[in-house]
Amino acid sequence: MSSDLIRVPINGISDIICARLTVRREAARIGFSTADQTRVATAVSEVARNVINYATEGVCTLRDDSNSDELHLQVTIEDHGPGIDNVVEAMRDGYSTGGGLGAGLPGTCRLVSLFNIESRQGLTRVTFSLIRKRA
Amino acid sequence: MRVPIIRLGRILLISIQTDLTDNDALCLQSDLIKKISDTEAQGVAIDITALDVVDSYMARIINDTVCMAQLLGADVVISGVQPFVALSMVEMGSDLIRAECVFNLEQAMKRLEIRMSTRGDICLKRDNYVQ
Repeated sequence: MSSDLIRVPINGISDIICARLTVRREAARIGFSTADQTRVATAVSEVARNVINYATEGVCTLRDDSNSDELHLQVTIEDHGPGIDNVVEAMRDGYSTGGGLGAGLPGTCRLVSLFNIESRQGLTRVTFSLIRKRA
Repeated sequence: MRVPIIRLGRILLISIQTDLTDNDALCLQSDLIKKISDTEAQGVAIDITALDVVDSYMARIINDTVCMAQLLGADVVISGVQPFVALSMVEMGSDLIRAECVFNLEQAMKRLEIRMSTRGDICLKRDNYVQ
């Protein structure tokens, strides 16, 4: 039941709100509960904010990977910024180089089912999925 | 979009009606502390019913604003945290909101009035309405 990709550019602070509204709408369309819609919208908000803070622009891509057994929304957020120096440190609670609470990435990780970061100079790609068994 | 700050006696009331951008939130933060100082408000009620996503950055702004208001001498009560906002904030794993929380603005006002009545200090600028 995969549908077309939805792409949301993240070029400024107001795009964070646009991205989370879009992901919430898509999660609702797929059939996720309100709690899950809020989880994934919060996760997108966290990661999109990192894009604005560290890379200034990027793109958020949503893909419906659901099948007959499960609901599956995959979110990919990419930017071409300087990259994350130390991904292991960045995933540690309380770690921040950007003046945040340091709850962003590890917190996001706890909201979703799968979470992956690839990062090098010029490309940071955060991929996460929300997966639920169909009722 | 600038969020209006309404003065009701010694209480300042803020009802956030739409999603806030980061800049809106920072602007509200500085408007609020300025207004607390100008009016010597003793209580601040902030209603966040309209926020359906509170990420760690927004939570930090809320926390910081609460701390700033307290440093100036005002009590803060937050109302209207949405159930799924509470859920995702706790799951994210930070004790994000450090202010006292209640269900709605009416309760927030009552709570502030009770607290203010036990403070024992007076508001010198009571009649000085600053817009």
